[in-house]
Amino acid sequence: MRFSGWRVLKEGVTGNTGWRPQWRNPAPKAEYDVVIIGGGGHGLATAYYLAREHGITNVAVLEKGYLGGGNVGRNTTIVRANYYLPGNSEFYSHSLKLWEGLEQELNYNAMMSQRGIINLFHNDAQRDAAVRRGNAIINQGDDAELLGRDALRRLAPYLNFDNNRFPIMGGLMQRRAGTARHDAVAWGYARAADMRGVDLIQNCEVTGIDVAGGKVMGVQTTRGPIRAKKVALAAAGRSGQVAALAGLTLPIESHVLQAFVSEGLKPIVDHVITFAEGHLYISQSDKGGLVFGSYLDFYASYAARGNLPMAEHTMEACVAMMPALGKARLLRSWGGIMDMTPDGSPIIDHAPIDGLYLNCGWCYGGFKATPGSGSVYAHLIATDRPHGAATRFRLDRFRSGRGLMDEEGTGAQHNLH
Amino acid sequence: MRLTCPLCGARDHREFSYKGAAVQRPGEGADLEAWHAYVNLRENPAGPLQELWFHQMGCGAWLKITRDTVTHEISNVVLASEAGLGGAA
Repeated sequence: MRFSGWRVLKEGVTGNTGWRPQWRNPAPKAEYDVVIIGGGGHGLATAYYLAREHGITNVAVLEKGYLGGGNVGRNTTIVRANYYLPGNSEFYSHSLKLWEGLEQELNYNAMMSQRGIINLFHNDAQRDAAVRRGNAIINQGDDAELLGRDALRRLAPYLNFDNNRFPIMGGLMQRRAGTARHDAVAWGYARAADMRGVDLIQNCEVTGIDVAGGKVMGVQTTRGPIRAKKVALAAAGRSGQVAALAGLTLPIESHVLQAFVSEGLKPIVDHVITFAEGHLYISQSDKGGLVFGSYLDFYASYAARGNLPMAEHTMEACVAMMPALGKARLLRSWGGIMDMTPDGSPIIDHAPIDGLYLNCGWCYGGFKATPGSGSVYAHLIATDRPHGAATRFRLDRFRSGRGLMDEEGTGAQHNLH
Repeated sequence: MRLTCPLCGARDHREFSYKGAAVQRPGEGADLEAWHAYVNLRENPAGPLQELWFHQMGCGAWLKITRDTVTHEISNVVLASEAGLGGAA
């Protein structure tokens, strides 16, 4: 079923009786060419690009819960390509380009809104770093723009420019960045993959990965064994447990990251704004709720809920940056499980078992990566060679120390990202 | 979350900073694989985890704490200096 304005009109006058489920709900077959573990954004996107770019349609996506019920439904929906380091830079550039054509390609309204992101800076050192990063972004072929105080004040007059500790000197803006409706991204990829013949199998938890003679043979699931020529992990915060099924230990620690939504307010925040001193990011949804978050809680956790100290810090940062928010009330908060690598950058690589592939370590940045991750992971699975935009996301960089991508410059060790 | 320091009693977790899993440090002369495992690889369990916390805003002791990563329940706290995590010289 193709979606269009005409279709909405037609259904509107015929009692909305023509809508059909957007994907099938098939039982698992005995064997697939590729089994993807994890029906979130990255897994579904991978299945879609396998079918569309590589003609591989004998694919199953196995999801232990429901499609899009994990981190793709638990993030702050920001899309951007403003990274500094080679490796991350070309990858997120590739991903943003895919975002820009995504809705037309999938025939799905993902509410992609290129409202621009502004990273504020508060002192000379941060300004220098912003200039340097902006130049790196431009060299990559993406857009970056340095805003001084006056230019920024015209865009965001509500900011507290004269905060005693963190006066705002300006910001680095990327106009092509923005937000997208997170659930719709998962649903759009699910529908498009299903239309190309991919089996999306929900309530199907993988309980074992069969390996014989150093080669993957298939998986054991709560819905029976499934043979597979290739098995691809896309399990985000649960990557450690899924990899353990194949006897692998990953350089990953799962942490909790909280996010918050205020009550619905009149439009005030027109962009995505990040407050460098408090590590805060904030945007406003189309419903009017302010969506924001800050640091990890900084301890390993699978609880999918955080503790109050980080909630308090986040609110303090909010009010320091935008004093008017002191009157807003919080509607809800939640925690997501982040698969943190030592250097804060992801892994898309072969596992040390033939036919097994890894896509993990997305830290707190997986949502904006969704199309890019699906595209390069599908390329790796189909061709057994890394995609040109993802040659540096190697698993062995931690063992060798070569090619670590520590974007924050804090040091490549577990408790620092 | 509150952590009970053996020296100071129950304290808000904001007094502590987190090191991560309490991994046995390899001895002098250990090979690259042992150091790679120590520095990078993590079992990352969803359940009880032995980990190191530093009582930074308190007595300055390093603690080895057994904490459930799903419920955040703390079942055991000992001084790291008595936990024998250091590598052989």
